[in-house]
Amino acid sequence: MKRKIGALAVALLGAVALGACGGDDDGAAMLDELGEGEGAVNLVAWAGYVEDGSTDPNVDWVSDFEADTGCEVNVKIGNSSDEMVELMQSGEYDAVSASGDATLRLIAGGDVVPVNTDLIPNYADVFEGLKNKPWNSVDGKVYGVPHGRGANLLVYNTEAGAAPTSIVDMFSPDSPYAGKISVYDSPIYIADAAIYLMATQPELGITNPYALDQTQFDAAIAALETQKSVVGQYWALYTDQQAALEKGTVTLGTTWQVIVNLAKGNGAKIDSTLHSEGATGWSDTWMVSSKAKHPNCAYKWLNHIISPQANAGVAEWFGEAPSNSKSCALTADPNHCATFHADDEDYFSKVYYWTTPTAECLDGRDAECVPYSEWVNAWNKLRA
Amino acid sequence: MRALQRVGERLEQAPRVAESNRVIAGRGRPRPALALWGLLSAPLAWLLVVYVGSLALLIVSAFFSLDDFTSKPTTELTSANIVEAFTERAYLLLVARSIGVAVAATAICFALAMPTAFYIARLASRRTRRGFIVALTLPLWTGYLVKAFALRAVLEPGSEYGEGGFMKSLVGWSPGFGNVAVILTLAYLWFPYMLLPIYAGLERMPNSLLDASADLGAGSLRTFRLVMLPLLIPSIAAGSIFTFSLSLGDYITVKIVGGTAQLIGNIIERALLAPNQPLAAAFTLWPILIMVVYLTVMGRAGAFKNL
Amino acid sequence: MHLSVSARLALRLVAYGVLAVVYLPLVLIFVLSFNSARSIAWPPVSFSTRWWSGFLDVESAREALITSSRLALVAMVIAVVLGSMLSFALARYDFYGKNTISFLAVLPIALPGIVTGVALRNTFVRFGWDLGFLSVVAGHATFCIVVAHNNIVARLRRIAPNLREASADLGATPLQTFRLVTWPLIRSAVAAGGILAFALSFDEVVVTTFTAGAGVQTLPQWILNNFARPNVLPYVTVMATLVLVVSLPIAWLAQRLGDSNPE
Repeated sequence: MKRKIGALAVALLGAVALGACGGDDDGAAMLDELGEGEGAVNLVAWAGYVEDGSTDPNVDWVSDFEADTGCEVNVKIGNSSDEMVELMQSGEYDAVSASGDATLRLIAGGDVVPVNTDLIPNYADVFEGLKNKPWNSVDGKVYGVPHGRGANLLVYNTEAGAAPTSIVDMFSPDSPYAGKISVYDSPIYIADAAIYLMATQPELGITNPYALDQTQFDAAIAALETQKSVVGQYWALYTDQQAALEKGTVTLGTTWQVIVNLAKGNGAKIDSTLHSEGATGWSDTWMVSSKAKHPNCAYKWLNHIISPQANAGVAEWFGEAPSNSKSCALTADPNHCATFHADDEDYFSKVYYWTTPTAECLDGRDAECVPYSEWVNAWNKLRA
Repeated sequence: MRALQRVGERLEQAPRVAESNRVIAGRGRPRPALALWGLLSAPLAWLLVVYVGSLALLIVSAFFSLDDFTSKPTTELTSANIVEAFTERAYLLLVARSIGVAVAATAICFALAMPTAFYIARLASRRTRRGFIVALTLPLWTGYLVKAFALRAVLEPGSEYGEGGFMKSLVGWSPGFGNVAVILTLAYLWFPYMLLPIYAGLERMPNSLLDASADLGAGSLRTFRLVMLPLLIPSIAAGSIFTFSLSLGDYITVKIVGGTAQLIGNIIERALLAPNQPLAAAFTLWPILIMVVYLTVMGRAGAFKNL
Repeated sequence: MHLSVSARLALRLVAYGVLAVVYLPLVLIFVLSFNSARSIAWPPVSFSTRWWSGFLDVESAREALITSSRLALVAMVIAVVLGSMLSFALARYDFYGKNTISFLAVLPIALPGIVTGVALRNTFVRFGWDLGFLSVVAGHATFCIVVAHNNIVARLRRIAPNLREASADLGATPLQTFRLVTWPLIRSAVAAGGILAFALSFDEVVVTTFTAGAGVQTLPQWILNNFARPNVLPYVTVMATLVLVVSLPIAWLAQRLGDSNPE
């Protein structure tokens, strides 16, 4: 028995030693010159960002890219920012469409490299309001090209009642939609609970839903615990919410316009709206991996996805504001940019973009805020 | 009756054919040790280094901490992950629920497999026997996902705004998506794994035993209870290893028919995708510990003798 | 055993009832593959064979099928070779650590797939090994070896020991003994183990998810990714039915091989 324990101890110590030496970052640098395409590009993207006609034959901005550049596109759909960070850490992908709650983690982790915007001609036409923002540039270095931005909407069943105007319907135990509420299954949703508290418990003093001290955080978790009794679905895959909307088992939920469009296309009697209390949202950035095996194709993709035509296509399909100012003239719906406030910095100043909460409060307060790792722990326990 | 039990015991102790196949390394034949190591080295290298090494690495990584800014594990050791995974009330309930689901699925599999195997082995004609076994093991080939999605289609509850699935259209009711649906689906998926060992055990059972039991005056139920069932324990144990283990760690079925339900596999995946690899590793210690205990108990019950 | 008529009837009902329940969802999928509408809602809208005629045109489905077949083939070969070696070692020899090895040999199928998947992924990523086709092969081979081994070792234990001794007494070299005596007796078990390993690898999705690289998509992964997409869903039902129909003779063959008694 002693020999067995001894052998086991040696094995474990050896494993510690092995585990301690991990792969070191090569510190891949920014691309200086654009070369020939490598024949393929592996992307991590939000659902609906990289469409090649297989979802809808008329929705395709990949096939022409593949024909022009010879870069065959392989896309892995990331269902949440967390998943995208995990995928990029594996080093298997070339580029990612990262939201603000992923970008800084990727930059700090050395998983992405600065982008040479001189090699991306279409960058010049990107709205100025999206360039050099805290989530896509650090120390003056640009880490990606803006993809587009939008707010997280509410979807509701038109046969179940009039459009909800308040976020209270999502959280109240007496909600008329009780049992049929659909909530995004990610720790970042705690920010939505914080917005609910901003409206219903102003005495807590929350000004930024991503800057929560322990008291405010505990209150948000309590609100989510109460919400559990009325939640019918926590959706991680967009197709889950789409299916539930079509079946009518969900009549209210946080959503993206693309899901509403897809479900409507299959006959669901639904519509989207925005509640009055202010919404969480996103401003996405295409970034290049530090371990990219196809960097040239990655750059070509970045240039393509923010080109006026492609960016107009994805903005309309997903339901968001495009990043290229020239796209507004190319959308099928002439009012698209107006509907989605493409140029309206004032509107977006009130949208709380997904951001990674840090221990140093994001609103500049001299307090100790709850870091994202604790958000994850709390969400795991909530869902367990 | 006691006499029946003793008959059974004595037959169990009879020397097996297999025993005499063994060659004691170092004795008897020349160079068996060399041949032995030659035979063992390649699969050993594979199993040990790649697999067991990965497991050891995983267990060790549970003690690493996570850098807040980069979401990457550091080599700084901490017990926080273990404490989180093993002392938080929410997780203890989750593990208990997962074990409950696995036990329920295993129980349903056994309750259905026992009479079915009995019928096939003892009552069906020889031709129907083969047909039955092929028919009941064929679904193993259709694919786990296809069956899970098929059951989703069957169990879909629908609503006043949308159509339900097959069960709803047929009987007007469905358990809906949740833990019950998960248990039913898991039992459906793993049924052949319970059926085959029990059927094999029944096939191996010598008729003379059952005749002896009848001769001694035992009715069929008694014979089953006192002679057949004890002899089948190893087969049942072997079958239950598959159904229990496959149910315990399952997270895909939970996602497909589980609704808002979460089992231990889902929490592991959730932690891994956070990304918080050390915490995910800490959670994997739960199914590892549970299975080691389960395997030991089933091993005592003789599951490995005829696996 | 003497059973009452009612007991016999009850058992027969249970057996046939189980058979019906097992096949109901599969028949559902089969019927829905002829559904003209792009959904799996019941009842089907109308009869149509358009999915059957079109499914090979779906490039992603075709590639997934090829990837899965290649993967299963490689995993099967590795499993049979290494599994046989392990079986011979465990069936024929006694040695220190034998029980540990037997225990280790069960782990890959006794531990939940997610544990294996997470462990392997952790190892691969940490050492900077590329995730791709080979990493999935490594994962699959782990549990396939066990499955093949189970079949072969069970057969080895059933072979009478004096056969080998008799062969040696008659002057045969170990190689000749293997070729002329042992192999004919175990080859059906090896085949059955190989077929089972192939099926297991073909169907596996959990370990695959964690060990597959960016460009690798097996058929189960394709199904998982596409089941909810209405345009591709009908092809999933076709694929499922195809697998079922093709598997029937293979399952029957595996059963016959596993059954055959060594003479």
